[in-house]
Amino acid sequence: MIVPLSHLLILASILFSLGLICVLIWRSNIIMILIGIEIMLNAAMLVFVSGSNYWGDVDGQVFALMIIAMTSAEVSLALAMVVYLHRRNKTVNVDDLRELKD
Amino acid sequence: MEQTIFYILAGVIIIATLFAITEKHPVHAIIYLVTSFFALAVVFYQLAAPLIAMFEVIIYAGAVMVLFMFVIMMLDLGSEKDAKRPTLTHCIPALVLAGVILVSLSLLAFKQSGAPPIVSPLLSIKDFALSLFGKYGVAIEIISMQLLFAVVGVLYLGRRRKL
Repeated sequence: MIVPLSHLLILASILFSLGLICVLIWRSNIIMILIGIEIMLNAAMLVFVSGSNYWGDVDGQVFALMIIAMTSAEVSLALAMVVYLHRRNKTVNVDDLRELKD
Repeated sequence: MEQTIFYILAGVIIIATLFAITEKHPVHAIIYLVTSFFALAVVFYQLAAPLIAMFEVIIYAGAVMVLFMFVIMMLDLGSEKDAKRPTLTHCIPALVLAGVILVSLSLLAFKQSGAPPIVSPLLSIKDFALSLFGKYGVAIEIISMQLLFAVVGVLYLGRRRKL
């Protein structure tokens, strides 16, 4: 460990709360909501990797890899939905995006 | 030396993320976020996870953020004038949350006694690969199914309809 675990956890919690604040502030813009989710998932990855380093176990790195795979699937689906809804409604405001039906 | 680099990187991560979430222009927010992810990748490298650091650079900063940029530019959201700034009533819950988190974090940070870091065994990429494809082989299969479902869903949503 280069630094105590608590410093890493403090960094991760600051990062997570920044992502949460991003979601709360920009809750009308769907792109910024997705960016906030990215920041929060990165904080979770930081916790996993630092735990893996602290306890000398590779499981944390494996789950960080799974978070990366899950994020790429989630972002591709969410952005495809954004493109589809923008093509129909010409907006990215969440309050106007209520239905997915044709 | 490593400690100094870590604290500098932590500062870079927090400041870049702060700029990213307060930026009105989405393209600038993406650029700040890429900076933050590069610094986070170096932190992962310092934590003896070089493979995760590489994946962070390649997949997060390289693929996911470029996908965001692609969508923003394709939908022409960057030049939009009505990217309205959130009003104060939008910001109140976030400010309350920020205050609560700041106070609780500072209480926690001053209360802890600063135990010396323990020496952990070195993890090689071989251990990582053995655990990934041995113990968690089923999870890899599930993730590949998940990516396949994502591809199918994206193809369904992105097809051109006759309007």
